[in-house]
Amino acid sequence: MKAFYLMIVSALISTSVLANTVDQRLQEYSTQGGKNFSADAGKAMWSREFKSAEDGKLRACTTCHSGDLRKSGRHAVTGKVIDPMSPAVNKDRLTDAEKIEKWFGRNCKWTYGRECTAQEKGDFLKFIQSQ
Amino acid sequence: MKTQLKLISLASLLLLGSQAALADNDYVAKPKGDKAKTYLFKATDDKYLKECGACHFAYQPGLLPAVSWEKVMGNLSNHFGENAELPEKDVVYIRNYLLDNAAGRVDARLSNSIMKNHDAKQPPLRITELTSFKRHHDELNDKMVKNNPEVKSFARCDACHTRASEASFRESEVRVPGFGRWED
Repeated sequence: MKAFYLMIVSALISTSVLANTVDQRLQEYSTQGGKNFSADAGKAMWSREFKSAEDGKLRACTTCHSGDLRKSGRHAVTGKVIDPMSPAVNKDRLTDAEKIEKWFGRNCKWTYGRECTAQEKGDFLKFIQSQ
Repeated sequence: MKTQLKLISLASLLLLGSQAALADNDYVAKPKGDKAKTYLFKATDDKYLKECGACHFAYQPGLLPAVSWEKVMGNLSNHFGENAELPEKDVVYIRNYLLDNAAGRVDARLSNSIMKNHDAKQPPLRITELTSFKRHHDELNDKMVKNNPEVKSFARCDACHTRASEASFRESEVRVPGFGRWED
């Protein structure tokens, strides 16, 4: 019995920071109306192209981040290398809530011309986490 | 009495003279123009380097007048076609850092020359629009920059200036990708 409880406790303790940050985000998105977050939905959105009101060109997440999240991307204008999004390859990904929200704010506005909804953010996190 | 007066005036002269011994990047009332000790101060603030170096070269604050930096920081949602928004506390912090270290606020040769030559009526938004910048880069052609896939834009200082992050832009350090060392 003791061994069983010890196992449970150590499993709980060893929960990675990654899972904590994402879970916290998902919980917050739930309070904002998101539910049944899905990696498939996130994946579909990742490569969907939207026409920019600013310059008429098509934009997608893949414009700067690669379609393969284990690979590096490049900033479309400056050429600066963007480290892989996959937490399996890049252990800094999805560990900083402020950073997640900052980039959602900027990139959704740049790509879609609007903020992402809580549903979309949750789907994206599920997708990135799965890669 | 007279000797005391002499001593007091000598002491005050020495005190005034010691103004010159202030650290170079203290705000100085009389910049030394092209006699300033430092060419350009490095960008050292960690938050600035992290936030403003995430997508492009972290331009040294001394490369633009304070009013230009103010304009940039006031329009982050449209930052040269990108959205570079930040939490308000970070905007305030970085704005203060840029303004405190802008050309005209520090005593460095390049910063002083930028202030001397810039169009005060229409301060540029881009470093590449500065009179000083254009003068220094007027011998380059599109083949080396705009149409060079490894450079693409003058905004990418560190594409050619091998020690740009050290605030060093000497001609001897320039290597244009695909063309080699700058020889003239």
